[in-house]
Amino acid sequence: MDIVYTDNNATTKVDDEVLKEMLPYFGKLYGNPSSMHTFGDQVKKKLDESRQRVADLINADTEEIIFTSCGTESDSAAILSAIKANPEKKHIITSNVEHPAIKNFYQKLQKTKSYEVTFVPVNKKGLLNLDLLYKSMTDDTAILSLMWANNETGVIFPIEEIAKKANEKNILFHTDAVQAAGKVPLDVKKTGVDMLSLSGHKIHAPKGVGILYVKKGQKFSPFLIGGHQENGRRGGTENTASIIGLGKACELAKENLTIMDTKVRELRDYLQNQLLEKIPSSSVNGDLDQRLPNTVSIGFDAVEGESILLMMDREGICASSGSACTSGSLEPSHVLMAMEVPFKSAHGSIRFSLSHYNTKAEMDHIIKVMPPVIKTLREMSPFWKDGKMV
Amino acid sequence: MWDYTDAVKDHFLNPRNVGELEGANAIGETGSISCGDALRLFLKINNSDRIIDASFMTFGCASAVASSSALTEIIKGMTLDEAAKITNEDISDYLGGLPKAKMHCSVMGQSALKKAIADYRGVQILDKPGEMVCECFEVTDLEILDAVKGKGLKDIEAVTDYLKAGGGCGNCHERIEELIESVEAKG
Repeated sequence: MDIVYTDNNATTKVDDEVLKEMLPYFGKLYGNPSSMHTFGDQVKKKLDESRQRVADLINADTEEIIFTSCGTESDSAAILSAIKANPEKKHIITSNVEHPAIKNFYQKLQKTKSYEVTFVPVNKKGLLNLDLLYKSMTDDTAILSLMWANNETGVIFPIEEIAKKANEKNILFHTDAVQAAGKVPLDVKKTGVDMLSLSGHKIHAPKGVGILYVKKGQKFSPFLIGGHQENGRRGGTENTASIIGLGKACELAKENLTIMDTKVRELRDYLQNQLLEKIPSSSVNGDLDQRLPNTVSIGFDAVEGESILLMMDREGICASSGSACTSGSLEPSHVLMAMEVPFKSAHGSIRFSLSHYNTKAEMDHIIKVMPPVIKTLREMSPFWKDGKMV
Repeated sequence: MWDYTDAVKDHFLNPRNVGELEGANAIGETGSISCGDALRLFLKINNSDRIIDASFMTFGCASAVASSSALTEIIKGMTLDEAAKITNEDISDYLGGLPKAKMHCSVMGQSALKKAIADYRGVQILDKPGEMVCECFEVTDLEILDAVKGKGLKDIEAVTDYLKAGGGCGNCHERIEELIESVEAKG
């Protein structure tokens, strides 16, 4: 059975060109970029090229890019460095819809009682309460961490506007741009963020590689302490092949931004509108406009996410649900709860996240499969009768 | 992600006895939409107190549907006295086992069955004895103590997997921890 892959916010296919670029560095070009000999130095030159390609995607300078092992490492490194850089400041601001890499770190920090953390709420459309955000900024704020775009709903935060306020108040601003990269243009010079995290496997590079952008002049203390790699800012021999793959992926991502904004957006809108039309009592979670072009989260009343996913799986469709029914806790995702999505549709929320590989035929397959799946589950549900929620 | 036995998958994809049961004379309901799963069990019981037919409607994950389907198959043909002895483990065993984090799905089946039998016999299930610990899922301290002692549960996660207690707002985590510790202290 052919797989219809619409779970690109979870991970993406490694692009064929990316793989091709990487392969020699798994094979005969195995040199250590730190070595003095030409054999290792040719890998170093390739890493330099990769660093340039990454910098170009976000309009940074090459010395502002630190290669890491993943988005989570980048986030942890950014937070710990910010705390160390401002030891006297004991306040942190973030939102209540962040990725676990941010949310769980700050919750843990809050539990130590050495830091006060403000979790700024979002409204029902997933948009940040900017008034509350700005009011919570104080002289005591060590770091402000906000995602550029939300992984579950695709909702985009106004990063440029927020960065301006943070800069005025001299607050270090870190953004988790893992979901935004490759989907919308990122320009660190124009927006003025201080630190930015990005992950390779969300933009058609392999898993196990990411970057942290640190603005020139920004104090940084390393997370991984070791050798002089990455200018002494991240110890450990470089993951050369993956970094080289990431460089190629960034180059392609930049070229593909237009396709994202046109073809992918059109496919997403087509899928969304057809599903809403063909399936009664369904609704989109999140703001329709301030949203990534590839993502749509749809809540189907009176049915449960895992059941939907399993039935979709049988038809070869890959997507995600908004509930974490893998544990005893049946609570829907913290993102949907923060948006006060009602329980009746939160439990039955499915996220489709597209890439430029998707086709109209694939969307048509999903559009054909979903109505009977939802109908079958509703016929089984005690909360559904005569075509409506009871 | 889906660590289910073939029997669970089969009962999810081909559920037995789905829908309202015409002529049902006993109904048992448990769960709610906010909980994340719910089951409505229908029984048709004859004059000699034998279950001659059963059906269900379930909102929930694959194992919730499979547990409901299995339950209806197990109890069809049983007398009420026999059915009253069915435990959640019987449901889980029938399906070749459920993942640890999904045991509460079988507990939901047992609970709906108890309620249906009480409904038929016209007895009211009295308010649960003990002190309410988890308000989200209405679980008392006695139930938690029972499960901790009986099943050897060691931490909050295990209690949540088994009883759902603590799986909602999380306010009761401290109290659950105390209960676990009190059992451990007594050895």
